[in-house]
Amino acid sequence: MSFPSLGSHRLLFVTGKGGVGKTTIAAGLAQALASQGKSVLLVALDQRSEIGDAFGVSNLGFDPVRVSDGLSVMVLNTEAALQEYLKLNLKVPIVTKLGPLANAFDFLANAAPGVREILTIGKLCHEVRQRHYDVIVADSPATGHIVGYLAAPEAINSFVRVGLIRSQTDWMVEILHDPAQCGVVAVTTPEEMPVVETQQLLTTLAAETSVRVAAAIVNRMPEPVLRGPALALAETLVAERPGIFETEALEGIVTATRLAISRRAEAERQFDVLASVVNGSFPIITQPNVINAADSVAMTAIISESLAEEIS
Amino acid sequence: MTTLRESFDGCRIIITCGPGGIGKTTSAAAMATAIAASEALRVLVLTVDPARRLADALGISGIGNEPQVVPLDGPGELSVAMLDPQSSWDALIRRQAADEETAERILRNVLYQNLTRRFVQSHDYIAMERLHELVTRDAWDLIIVDTPPTRNALDFLDAASRMADFFSSRFLKWIIAPTRSGVAGLATKPLTYIADRILGNQFLTDITEFFVLLNSMYDGFVERAREVESLLQDDTTKFLVVSTPEAIPTREAAFFDGELRKRNLRVGGWLVNRMLPQSLGSESVTTGVAVLAQADLNALATQLAADPSMLSEVRDRMVTLAEQFAILADNEQRMARDLATGPTPVFAAYTAEGEIDTLTGVTNFGRRLLLAERVLKFD
Repeated sequence: MSFPSLGSHRLLFVTGKGGVGKTTIAAGLAQALASQGKSVLLVALDQRSEIGDAFGVSNLGFDPVRVSDGLSVMVLNTEAALQEYLKLNLKVPIVTKLGPLANAFDFLANAAPGVREILTIGKLCHEVRQRHYDVIVADSPATGHIVGYLAAPEAINSFVRVGLIRSQTDWMVEILHDPAQCGVVAVTTPEEMPVVETQQLLTTLAAETSVRVAAAIVNRMPEPVLRGPALALAETLVAERPGIFETEALEGIVTATRLAISRRAEAERQFDVLASVVNGSFPIITQPNVINAADSVAMTAIISESLAEEIS
Repeated sequence: MTTLRESFDGCRIIITCGPGGIGKTTSAAAMATAIAASEALRVLVLTVDPARRLADALGISGIGNEPQVVPLDGPGELSVAMLDPQSSWDALIRRQAADEETAERILRNVLYQNLTRRFVQSHDYIAMERLHELVTRDAWDLIIVDTPPTRNALDFLDAASRMADFFSSRFLKWIIAPTRSGVAGLATKPLTYIADRILGNQFLTDITEFFVLLNSMYDGFVERAREVESLLQDDTTKFLVVSTPEAIPTREAAFFDGELRKRNLRVGGWLVNRMLPQSLGSESVTTGVAVLAQADLNALATQLAADPSMLSEVRDRMVTLAEQFAILADNEQRMARDLATGPTPVFAAYTAEGEIDTLTGVTNFGRRLLLAERVLKFD
């Protein structure tokens, strides 16, 4: 079966349950795309994101910073996005901070339906249209919130009946709904809760938007312990502890093997659950459980290399 | 040596907080179960995100907004409830509104619906408000609260005072009466202009109606917010910071710990969850590897009727696995001891894979958490 490869998209939303390594995967994916010669913009949608850690840079903000060949990173800030939007669209000369209005704006952006979402999606789609970059990778809100963003352009149509935004949602929808241009990358780990959340994401995504999933990434997949009869033998050794394996001194070795076997078995079970839900409608990419990365930068490099093989 | 339970002795409220994906919900439920199973206390666990498997293990079909008793052997009593922000908000509005018509108008307002569904701070506030409501029922001796795993999860600590600030804010007054004062009118203009141009005037009508209605409940809200605040500061309320022995969760948990202390709230402990068993430390593994290296595997192969070369392949793999785990286990122990140099007592809980499928499993895991011993700075 052939799918549009991840590398052929213009806009990718990387999402996942908290704790599954969403940001690490987003950073690794952006780096992998850049290493294939694309010019990539990685956008963290959470204002408090520490995505800079993945590249060893700090204090990232709204202005993209080049972190390596072909890769720039920015942290989206809705107030800045609004200012940019106003400058581009209304010719409102708000060049300084919104000042006393900032708090009011912050409240409104949280409270009013879709304001934060539409500014975010609007900025991303704007970058797609500007063509300064080949690909925009968005380190997106967690699974529970991403659908609200992706559905924002349509949602706002039902709420805002007049006004400038109304007229601009059409081209956003066009980009979002084109599977050749835009896709969601659903990151999970092979564990029960993250897989359950991924299933829920697929359901709500299909019910509330027309945005497609480009791929699922099963992160931190433990390696097989052993295969076939060798695995069966190892299972016998740790279950029955015959001969030398009975000794107290081998407690650690036995525990390690037991833990590795049960983790791998549970991971395979969860992978199968996901695979049966996905049912071939998009590719599932597995990533190894990296345990020897010296720091976040090393981690990004490892994930990027491993992903590069999958997306070429 | 102090145990986790001793550190929270006499508490009426235990609030667990920490980043997502670290087993916070399971830990809170397991502790509540284990306490009810062994102490003559009426325990309630208030969760935000129950795993289906956990509900199954507790023998209930689902967890709802209203506390539900979990049948349990033991001297105590266990109830569970899940926070449903929307229905909790609706109930609060019904309680606080002057009359039914006001309540209905608020509940129907588009802005209200959106605010309560999506405004993160509103979830934080309602979690604390809900806690207050349950405390005043006086039906439990101990309530364990599992907080939402948002990055800004500490907002719930300030949610009450922010809510009070918001109601008394000039912003709210501008919105409600934009033209009354010259200064306020000017300040509102850009906002109205922007909102009108971008969002259209229907939105402004909705927002104004919403705030006018909400303003009628000002006194009630502010008073409740103060009560919630004093509940958090009470002597018998303690926080339990939860993390796993990994860099990012630890950094986030350290942030929580610091913020709680900054507010002079009581932190009873820091639970490092899912630690690898101590038998996986390098000391134990190295001894095991030496013993295994000298062992005669041929006899064992005969005994098991196994191919000797396959047996040695399996042995080599087992040694490699143990050595990999040993590096991790040593790092985790070092990390826990480093954390223990801080002001918060650190407790280590060892990994509980596949254990929480049954009520017995949950209870046993909870017992292990309660008996978790304080990690000392030096070994």
